[in-house]
Amino acid sequence: MLEIDIKKGLRDFDLEVKMMIKEGEILMLVGDNGCGKTSLLNLVAGLQDPDEGRIALDGRPLFDSGLKIRVAPEGRNIGYVFQSYALFPHMSVYDNVAFGLRTRGLSRKAIESRVMEHLKAAGLWDIRKARAVEVSGGQRQRVALARALIIEPDLLLLDEPLSALDVRKQAAMRKELRERIHACHVPSIIVTHDLRDVASIGDRACLLERGRIALTGGADEVMGWGEGLQDREGEPV
Amino acid sequence: MASNQIDINRLGKRDLAELAGRGQESVSILSRLREVALKASLALLLIIAITFIALPVVALFLRSPLDTTLQSLHDPVVMDALRLSLMTSTLTTITVVLMGTPIAYVSARFRYFGKELADSLIDLPVIMPPAVAGIALLMAFGRMGIVGHYLDAFGISIAFTTLAVIIAQVFVSSPFYIRQARTSFEDVDIALENAARTLGGSRIYTFFHVILPIAINGLVSGAIMAFARSLGEFGATIMFAGNFQGRTQTMPLAIYTAMQGDLDVSLCIAIILVAISFVVIFLVKTLTRRVYKNAGN
Repeated sequence: MLEIDIKKGLRDFDLEVKMMIKEGEILMLVGDNGCGKTSLLNLVAGLQDPDEGRIALDGRPLFDSGLKIRVAPEGRNIGYVFQSYALFPHMSVYDNVAFGLRTRGLSRKAIESRVMEHLKAAGLWDIRKARAVEVSGGQRQRVALARALIIEPDLLLLDEPLSALDVRKQAAMRKELRERIHACHVPSIIVTHDLRDVASIGDRACLLERGRIALTGGADEVMGWGEGLQDREGEPV
Repeated sequence: MASNQIDINRLGKRDLAELAGRGQESVSILSRLREVALKASLALLLIIAITFIALPVVALFLRSPLDTTLQSLHDPVVMDALRLSLMTSTLTTITVVLMGTPIAYVSARFRYFGKELADSLIDLPVIMPPAVAGIALLMAFGRMGIVGHYLDAFGISIAFTTLAVIIAQVFVSSPFYIRQARTSFEDVDIALENAARTLGGSRIYTFFHVILPIAINGLVSGAIMAFARSLGEFGATIMFAGNFQGRTQTMPLAIYTAMQGDLDVSLCIAIILVAISFVVIFLVKTLTRRVYKNAGN
């Protein structure tokens, strides 16, 4: 379970979020551009620090301003798929996916076996030697996801994981994404603008407005929220 | 209406179209002439610029036949200067890279109190006249300098030694590396660094496995520029280290000294320096082309 109760002063407003996400639950985070969605993910990942509050994962504090606890990002075991995918351009598909295992000091044999398993499951084994930045958009998305999942994270964060794909690929990926994330049985937060993502992937949704949770409810309730939401082309719902 | 004027109201559609066509043709000829004139002017400017730069370099090679140059290589003045220059410039480059890389990374990634001032100070040696740099170093590390007089009390003397040559070269060449390194680090997407850290990479692991490999071409390019600058350093060296053969007389100082006696020796050293400069330019161009190619990916 992920517990968040934090405050952070951003440029134009204060981010104040209190929420809990159960094990295996997929929370869809929606809201306008600039409302603090990516900032929230970065705070949970430890890439930025809240001004005050607490973040705990399965009871283990990752940040606690009162107890002066701050776990560095590399110690949080969080799988993060960035909006740009952030694949290492100087590395192959194989090395990108193996990166998180190498930082953990696994043996070469163990790394080979796990990387092969994940690459085959994602249909990427044949392109394992290609440079990660030279493969197609859909393949990059799968590499980024495989790289995040292979470390067996305690929490998954995905920032607009389908935004870089074309419409047809998005539809195909939604189901695959939901299945792969559910298979991990970890709490997940997915940031999206697209209501189709919310309906197809999430268990629950939160609407963030100027750093605060304005609405929360089941994925099927989102369509009724109306104002404040936009589809992928930036048109209001 | 004058006889040479045309009454437009009396013209038919065909006449109007013909007039418009002739008008367009005039405009087209005029713009073509302007384009040709512009290209000719630019070509002339380019020829003048290339001639201005090439002429002195060509004159060097024409003035000193190859056999004379090769013979001069055996002159002890030349060999001592060449050995000293290569040794000091190499040590300078190593020092600059080791010191400058973390400085450049901090400057690229972090904000801190006094950052603007610190960055300006790092860039200062670029615009400071080399002779001024030499005097300043003397005032700091010379026997009566603010640091030097304490070292002198322990019997340590820096001015007018080979160490002084290296210090002078480090002072003038470090901004060339640090600025290039800073730019190279700034060009590395912060998301890559963040991704590496979320995947378990510590700051140091991330630096060596992600940031450095991506920035490497720029860093090498900066190191080559620092090497070239230190090789050509004259003003600060002669003021702070003096001009002693075998100890502080680097190639530029040897050219200056030899010119007063043996022109062939000074020409030989000059040609060696020009040859090294060409190699440096070629390497920098090749590496920066690869930087742009990789950045495009």
